[in-house]
Amino acid sequence: MKIPKQFLSLLSLLALLLIWQGLAAYLNSHTLPTPLLVAQVFWQACLTGQLPYHLGVTLLRLVMSFSIAMLLGCALGIALGRQKQLDAFFDNWLVVFLNVPALVTIILCYVWFGLVESSAILAVVVNKLPNVIVTIREGTRALDQDLMDMAKSYRLSKRKVLFEVILPQLHPFIMGATRTGLALIWKIILVVELLGRSNGMGYQLHLFFQMFDVASILAYTLAFVGVIQLIELLILKPLDQRALGWRR
Amino acid sequence: MAAVSLVNINIAKKSFPAVSQASEHIAIADFKLTIRSNEFVCLVGPSGCGKTTLLNIIAGLDQDFDGQIVVGPSGTQPKIGYVFQNPRLLPWRTVRQNVELVLERDQNAELIDYLLKVMQLTQFQHVYPERLSLGMSRRVALIRAFAVNPDLLLMDEPFVSLDAPTARQVRESLLVLWQERPHTVLFVTHDLREAIALADRLVFLSAAPMGFVTEITVPIARDDRNNEQAIEAFRQQLLNDYPAIKQLL
Repeated sequence: MKIPKQFLSLLSLLALLLIWQGLAAYLNSHTLPTPLLVAQVFWQACLTGQLPYHLGVTLLRLVMSFSIAMLLGCALGIALGRQKQLDAFFDNWLVVFLNVPALVTIILCYVWFGLVESSAILAVVVNKLPNVIVTIREGTRALDQDLMDMAKSYRLSKRKVLFEVILPQLHPFIMGATRTGLALIWKIILVVELLGRSNGMGYQLHLFFQMFDVASILAYTLAFVGVIQLIELLILKPLDQRALGWRR
Repeated sequence: MAAVSLVNINIAKKSFPAVSQASEHIAIADFKLTIRSNEFVCLVGPSGCGKTTLLNIIAGLDQDFDGQIVVGPSGTQPKIGYVFQNPRLLPWRTVRQNVELVLERDQNAELIDYLLKVMQLTQFQHVYPERLSLGMSRRVALIRAFAVNPDLLLMDEPFVSLDAPTARQVRESLLVLWQERPHTVLFVTHDLREAIALADRLVFLSAAPMGFVTEITVPIARDDRNNEQAIEAFRQQLLNDYPAIKQLL
């Protein structure tokens, strides 16, 4: 018997909820609230406007730092992938920045540039940028030279070469950088907010931690995970389908 | 358009630098060739003799050589159509979009329609290349080259690895197009029959380093190029008159 895929994933979600409910009921502890209680807290936080506000602030930071990191990373990645000398020069820089712990860049940004919004964004960008550059650089190195020669012999404009020949070939790499980027960035943003901002998810979670309010922590987390899932479902998946329609 | 076009090739030396075990490879040495406008020239030579290298140099893809290539009157930017050995279509663009890619914005839709019709691809114009057979993909590459109205058309064994009937059909379509709108053509092949069927002039090339061996004007009338007996007879005559050619094939 073949069970439909959607049904299976729904079933697995339900199973997770049941396990959670069972465990919470069995332990009967303040530190593990039941799903029902978390849902109530979530609803309350929505009604007071607290959750939408802080979620919105964090999402705005996510969108800004993500866009900057992706645009800059793609441009630099393509440049390094195409220019061997440039790559040889900057390779060491990349290795250094790839290995600096996120916490260090965050602290340094706050120390050097103050506890302001721009240093928060900068800290996230600096953390994500080397990842994007490396991914896009590998993709650029794998570009099909035959197609590049075709473009050159027909004297295609730079704009056409970039948008019609290079970027479609880089699509899997860009999507890869996007997915890992989203996952990485929102985790870093929470730390950035926890250390130096007075709003956003990270700030709120820190507050709840000090009050041992686990129900609120879980409610905020679920809301955020839900939003990230929506981004995947409503933006990334359709992008994939549109760009890869030519495949058999 | 093509009326003023003229190609002057003068390559003193083209070499590839030594890489690890392999020593320096001299691909072309002291090669000169002049092509009149609207002339159809076939370069015939053994595989690996440097024909593709020569076309890449003429197309401007390879600029690392000693010598000079002049296409068209000086000061003009000649339009070049290049049909590569493999079709090199963008898989994410349909047949028609692949042709449109190489054209300016005010692209000539009627010309594309016409070329699609001659190559019998009208009903496949909105199909992605992955669904095409090799023969069809090669025809799309031909359409793309013709669509730019090139001053010079470079063709690098465009019919290799096609079965004989398909190759013949595409060859005939090529001649139809070429006679309607003459272009200067430089066609590389190692198939002497194909060369005789297509060319005004055959240029025979030696194995690497590639050099000029001899050239022969094909006397068969254009109307008679579908006549396989005439082509075969001329081929036999060539092989008898120039025994050296045999070693080049």
